Amino acid sequence: MATAGEVFRRSLTETVGQVCDDSSSSSELHVLAVDDSLVDRKVIERLLKISSCKVTAVESGTRALQYLGLDGERASVGFNGLKVNLIMTDYSMPGMTGYELLKKIKESSVLREIPVVVMSSENILTRIDRCLEEGAEEFLLKPVKLDDVKRLKDFIMKGDGKDGGETRILKRKRLDDYASLSSPSPSVACDASSPLMPSSSPSARSSKRAKLRNKD
Amino acid sequence: MDVVVQLQRQLTDHTASLFHEGFLNEQFNQLQQLQDESNPDFVVEVVSLFFEDSERLLNELAKALEQQAVDYKKVDAHVHQLKGSSSSIGAQRVQAVCIPFRNFCEEQNIEGCLKCLQQVKHEYSLVKNKLETLFKLEQQLIAAGGSFPTL
Repeated sequence: MATAGEVFRRSLTETVGQVCDDSSSSSELHVLAVDDSLVDRKVIERLLKISSCKVTAVESGTRALQYLGLDGERASVGFNGLKVNLIMTDYSMPGMTGYELLKKIKESSVLREIPVVVMSSENILTRIDRCLEEGAEEFLLKPVKLDDVKRLKDFIMKGDGKDGGETRILKRKRLDDYASLSSPSPSVACDASSPLMPSSSPSARSSKRAKLRNKD
Repeated sequence: MDVVVQLQRQLTDHTASLFHEGFLNEQFNQLQQLQDESNPDFVVEVVSLFFEDSERLLNELAKALEQQAVDYKKVDAHVHQLKGSSSSIGAQRVQAVCIPFRNFCEEQNIEGCLKCLQQVKHEYSLVKNKLETLFKLEQQLIAAGGSFPTL
């Protein structure tokens, strides 16, 4: 019996294959968008549809997990049997935050293969770091633009993991650019429960924060 | 087609002033790019959602700030939402007032908050009027047989 991960990779290859052969392919990327703001859901839905993606928009992390079948028996198959190829979630949501949703997805053996992108209107480096370390593919600053969606789609269609390492480095570079543009909010507390990873030892993180303060 | 030309000019002028005076920013252009023949009312729909959402939030803010013991976390959450949605449609001046508003929340400064509430209500009603005028002009233009370019 194929694991969800294998099935996902196979279907992604099929999708890419079909896109290469036939420009009017009906195998579109299916994106699950999670945002508590009605306005933002409408905008992200349109951004994705205009980029030829199927969209399911839900208002909370809880709803998202229900849709993904994490609290049920179904495995990564949503309503009508549509596999989810990408999850885009807002960070600040009441109840379950985007970060908590991200964690739950990455902790699930069934869902962890699905790329997750976090969106936020706040440019807070510790927040961005935390999400990327937890396995988010990308952190987008709101308002999300058409170019962001196009870039995301290209990345997903290429097949995840191929140039994952390089992309991560590029993302880090852009983040350093963000950091030099604005300073993080001092009221944001560091997440004490973040998993300890070699690249984020307490001393490394505090020296990064010190560098940021110096840039003020 | 005099009427059409006239209306087109009015629409262009009105839109230009909205940008010049800082009521709208580039994000509004982004929304217009998302509108096409298959979704001809997209901008009106999103902006209508913004109006509904904002009116709800402004009411909640007024209520929250009237309380004996103000829950500043709640006030801040509402302002954060307002900041987000105004940013999503490009309502720059509304978004801008939300910044000091959140700072006053953090400081638990009731006077600062009340002042910001007044300001944000003012900016909101200004941009609402101007956007409604914009949409009316667009409707008139279409009715007169013309069309407006989406940037």
